[in-house]
Amino acid sequence: MSNTRQRVYGYLAEFKSASALYKAAEKVRDAGFKQWDCYSPYPIHGLDGAMGIKRSILPWLVFCGGITGTCTAFTLAYSTQVVIYPTVVQGKPANIFTIPAFFPIMFELTILFSGFTVLFGLLSLIRLPRLNHPLFASDQFKRATDDGFFIAIEARDGNFSSTGTRDLLADIGGSNIELVVEEA
Amino acid sequence: MASPTQHTSEVSHARPILPVLEREKLILSGRSYHWITARICGVLENQQPVLWWLLFIPSAIIAAIGVGGGLFYLVSTGVGVWGNTNRVMWGWPIVNFVFWIGIGHAGTLISAILFLTRQNWRTSINRAAEAMTIFAVMCAGIFPAFHIGRVWMAWFLAPVPNANAIWQNFKSPLLWDVFAVSTYFTVSLIFWFLGMVPDLATIRDRCQPGIRKIIYGILSLGWRGGNRQWSHYEMAYLLLAALSTPLVLSVHSVVSFDFATSVVPGWHTTIFPPYFVAGAIFGGFAMVLTIMVPARFIYGLQDMITMKHIDNMAKIILLTGTIVGYAYLMELFVAFYSGAIYEMDAFKFRIAGPYWWAYAAMMTCNVIAPQVFWARACRENLWVVMIVSMFVNVGMWFERFVIIVTTLARSWLPGDWKTYAPSGADQILFVGTIGMFLTLFLLFLRFLPCINIAEVKWAKRESDPHYEDHIEHPDPGVIKEPAYQHELAQHSAQQSPIGNLEPQLSISK
Repeated sequence: MSNTRQRVYGYLAEFKSASALYKAAEKVRDAGFKQWDCYSPYPIHGLDGAMGIKRSILPWLVFCGGITGTCTAFTLAYSTQVVIYPTVVQGKPANIFTIPAFFPIMFELTILFSGFTVLFGLLSLIRLPRLNHPLFASDQFKRATDDGFFIAIEARDGNFSSTGTRDLLADIGGSNIELVVEEA
Repeated sequence: MASPTQHTSEVSHARPILPVLEREKLILSGRSYHWITARICGVLENQQPVLWWLLFIPSAIIAAIGVGGGLFYLVSTGVGVWGNTNRVMWGWPIVNFVFWIGIGHAGTLISAILFLTRQNWRTSINRAAEAMTIFAVMCAGIFPAFHIGRVWMAWFLAPVPNANAIWQNFKSPLLWDVFAVSTYFTVSLIFWFLGMVPDLATIRDRCQPGIRKIIYGILSLGWRGGNRQWSHYEMAYLLLAALSTPLVLSVHSVVSFDFATSVVPGWHTTIFPPYFVAGAIFGGFAMVLTIMVPARFIYGLQDMITMKHIDNMAKIILLTGTIVGYAYLMELFVAFYSGAIYEMDAFKFRIAGPYWWAYAAMMTCNVIAPQVFWARACRENLWVVMIVSMFVNVGMWFERFVIIVTTLARSWLPGDWKTYAPSGADQILFVGTIGMFLTLFLLFLRFLPCINIAEVKWAKRESDPHYEDHIEHPDPGVIKEPAYQHELAQHSAQQSPIGNLEPQLSISK
């Protein structure tokens, strides 16, 4: 039945190498696009600048996560060992001078909380996990995790036009230009 | 375009030409991206070689009998079946715990410290080494969990309110150890899994539709490889590396505090933390080599795990082995120079007492055996590398035996003096953990990408976005000299090494 509605995701174009992708990304950026991305099988260093992406805010999240871990460990150790239930074990004091003995656990919980913040912070920043994506409808896109270099410009970008964007991708060296559509 | 070219050539006449030693190639034979994908995914997509089954079936049986059966016998009977005695209360279980936890350290060193120091050769071996970390920590965790006596009370270790209304002793190194080891396992698992997400996506995209594609699709979280993802991902990886670096140093330091903070001759020394960390890295690299040298042959990974990688690991073994040797000698010197008679007696007992053979095995395997790696010929002979690695594996186990058993067997009071021997239950459980480690590693080879596909591709020269510019406009002021590379020297009779060193531009397909 051909009465299923389809929604245009955008244009996908292939580039022949990392260098070609880098130069093309600069031109797409200069053309004023915002909703687009470069796809490559490995991280290309320097592409952030060529695409005009800002530095990741993940370190700030992780800093907060780490501080939370330090405070949690300190509160847990100090309150149970000194405040609520002061127990003198092996002649070690149960007062403010006990704090150095808490450092190892404060350190470990800092790392543990930071590690979890990295994991969950990253997943929320890159909006994963998700089960499907319109780009997976494209057959050639499978090569993005193998040896393909792609640029996809989304239709929801204000500068997108069905002919202009296609011509732009062709001008900057893109091949196999494909209009990616998803079943709506 | 004519005038800038003329300009640069004038400049090159004006200044002397600088010879620059090129870096060794980490991917040989000019392999394409697709070849790398196909070869690594092939390990888990193709039928496993017969050797895999020949190793897997006995390992799985040993693991089932040793760990499954051994623990069942232990729990149903009681910890008295172990050879631990009243004074030598740590015995084999803690020897094995420290041994396994040390094995894990090479994985984190390769994935974190070598990442921060920009050692790109790590990319070919980090995945397998991290897997080894996870499995070794799993093996290690068994021993203290059951050594507490009543394993169903293990939750008393966690800082949660309990019926006794007594909180855990946060001042005790044993509780620090609980936090250090569990944090280490968790963060290593996060590091390993996050590093694997892009590669799982690669496998997903190669799968035919079906249950495999669904499983790898879920594991890969829907990764697309867009630079907006890579940008955050790279930052996450850097952060995890920066977090794991002090973590790995802290874990074995905390393990050494179990010994160093007690007032026992032979344990109460400040050299313990650095000496334990160096020993852990030393033993861990030996285990990486023990496993990766055969795996590289079986799966044909020689173009990615080159002789350069093995050479580097052999050098790290030489360095850390020498640090460990220095620590052994420094312990002796401090025992002598401090004038502490009990300390000196503890070491005399280690060297010349009834456990002299353990001390001699430790010294031979850990200090003398790695010294052959000073010679390049030994680092390039894989048989020598394998034999030395096996020596180090054995030697590091004996190190822990010497530290724990010989010290506890001669404590302060002569009435406490005992001669320790492990029981059958001790031995079967230790052999069982070796089987468990191998079983888990073989399953890892079967189901997960054993080399980091994305990072190996990244290590190719043409992966640099400015690579083509460098080829088109080479620096006229330098002349590149090819670096020594074992494989090229070997094949120079058949083909010109220069031709092979020329970077190849064939990129897709």
